[in-house]
Amino acid sequence: MNTTLLLQLLVNGVIVGALYGVVAMCFVLIYKASQVVNFAQGEFVLIGAWACWWLVTSLNLPFWISFPFCLLFMSLLGVLVQIVVLRPLIGEPVISIVMVTIGLSIFFQALLRWIFGVFTQPFPPVFATQTVSILGLNVESAYLMSLAISIVIMAGFAWFFKYSRFGLAMRATAFDQQVAQSLGVSVRQVFAVAWAISAVVSALAGVVVGLVSGVSASVATVGVKVFPAVIGGLESIVGAVLGGLIIGLLEGLAQFFDAEYLHFGNLITIAPFYAMLLILLIKPYGLFGSKNIERV
Amino acid sequence: MALSVRPAGDFRVSYQQDRTIFPTRGSTLWCIVGILFLCLLPLQIGGKSLVSSYWLALVIQIAYYGIAALGLNILVGFTGQISLGHSAFFGFGAFMSAYLSGKHGVPVALSIPLAGLATGLLGVIVGLPAARLKGLYLAIATLASQFVLQDFFSRAEWFTGGASGANAAPFSLFGYSLSGDRKYYYVVLFYLVIMYVFAANLVRTRDGRAMIAVRDHYLSAEIMGINLTYYRILAFGISSVYAGIGGALMAHYTSFVSAEAFDLLLSINFLAMIIIGGLGSVMGSLMGTVFILFLPEFMQSIVRGIQSFGYAQSAAFIEGLAYMKEMAIGMAIVLFLIFEPDGLAARWRKIKAYWKLYPFSY
Repeated sequence: MNTTLLLQLLVNGVIVGALYGVVAMCFVLIYKASQVVNFAQGEFVLIGAWACWWLVTSLNLPFWISFPFCLLFMSLLGVLVQIVVLRPLIGEPVISIVMVTIGLSIFFQALLRWIFGVFTQPFPPVFATQTVSILGLNVESAYLMSLAISIVIMAGFAWFFKYSRFGLAMRATAFDQQVAQSLGVSVRQVFAVAWAISAVVSALAGVVVGLVSGVSASVATVGVKVFPAVIGGLESIVGAVLGGLIIGLLEGLAQFFDAEYLHFGNLITIAPFYAMLLILLIKPYGLFGSKNIERV
Repeated sequence: MALSVRPAGDFRVSYQQDRTIFPTRGSTLWCIVGILFLCLLPLQIGGKSLVSSYWLALVIQIAYYGIAALGLNILVGFTGQISLGHSAFFGFGAFMSAYLSGKHGVPVALSIPLAGLATGLLGVIVGLPAARLKGLYLAIATLASQFVLQDFFSRAEWFTGGASGANAAPFSLFGYSLSGDRKYYYVVLFYLVIMYVFAANLVRTRDGRAMIAVRDHYLSAEIMGINLTYYRILAFGISSVYAGIGGALMAHYTSFVSAEAFDLLLSINFLAMIIIGGLGSVMGSLMGTVFILFLPEFMQSIVRGIQSFGYAQSAAFIEGLAYMKEMAIGMAIVLFLIFEPDGLAARWRKIKAYWKLYPFSY
């Protein structure tokens, strides 16, 4: 058994898993605040990456200027999508809301491929890349940076929901919209801000992925990986982070067994879905989902 | 939805009336005339064909996609169970029919319904765990089964031919070959009519009504003695039979099946068809299929129209046509959900009601 390879893949798994966790967190944030499952989350990640790439390469802006502009643009886009597309659908059945975000995702995907082409475009080097050795394992500094950013985002979320006034308002809205409204929380504003935050943080994840491995349509597959990550439960932000980590580790393990024993070639892409089916079979509401089980 | 929409004052006062498909004799007549008209489409008179082979191919596609879309509508529109994995069942039917006719020598005329039944069985197996899930979790679970089945298609070489795909034998009946477009059209039309009549009848039976009850209020339905698990799994099974027959018809039409065709995008297109057509409407499924398959043609003719005035001649713009077609589908889904959530079927009813009462319509 090749222990170094296993450890290497597991470390990579944690790093990638943290990114999945961040995107899954945005996903859960939107779901909790406005009861919308956003199938276009992956496209938000991709739009953020492309927007930042465009500002850096076409306008030749330095990274530290273009990055905030990209985030500003994404927050506006998030609010715009919420107001124009999702607001008219409040109170419609689940299938309509699922389909409208799927429609958005098809639209954005085609638009982005039209504008930016189908090839992977590398980011101009922003940070010096070098390999760092930790406990005998080689880890690229860009990966470490991505892990650090993920942890900072998660800590930021925890602070925001625990201590900030607006975060508390959002939790109240997620708990009960009518009660929150009667206590003076503007539910509309909460919805819009939830989408803005989700878009901004997704874009952040997109830029990180883009910096590490270049921008291409495949960045949006993070949006599909988010679904296995919500095995933590659609309603639990901690569950989303843990789910992301589990999926990242699982991918690392799948890659290891694939390379060493099975030689399937694509176990890494399919293993998370098997795991998700299994977990949904045993716990139909996810590992940490809300407990109001209805007998079906 | 579809069952309860009726003009004011038009009550059905007997079971006989309540169970009719066609409310008046006129509508029965129109339906028969419509089917006869469809029968005429592939005819060639004096060496000149009524419909060009390009349009005929499009009509055949509409027919087999329409069958699969109707199956999805029975599951989503009538029973209220979301499925994001319909194209995997569609693909399973296609592979099954190619496998039965190619590897085991089953006549194609028999392998199509057999493929439908086998897909129905698969649907029941997949539907068993899904019966515990509802709403979003079901959507996510069916999404996973889509990926798992797609992976199975690309891996199972004995069944699907793996990466190289499977060949499907041409259709023949009693030694008489029905392989060309103009002959195969009648096979597809036969199945289309049968499947739509079956669905229209299903809605009138106890089973169909039970499904609608499960959709509208599952708790009340259970209290009234409807076995929820049974009907949820039944709906999965029936919808898979439809998908399997549609897929089998496609396999013997294109005579080649490959796993890449049955991706998530096709599942989404099926959902788009029934949403644009109208959830819970039998004829709406067909309208939606027509809409989704004509939309790319429509986009193309728009671009041609613009170009004929001398604008947008650049190569980049022509290249973008493929992307525009995709964007149009995404946009159509969003716009229909916002402005006409009940789909084309509801719009059609409104137009009919408007002209029936014409100068006094409100």
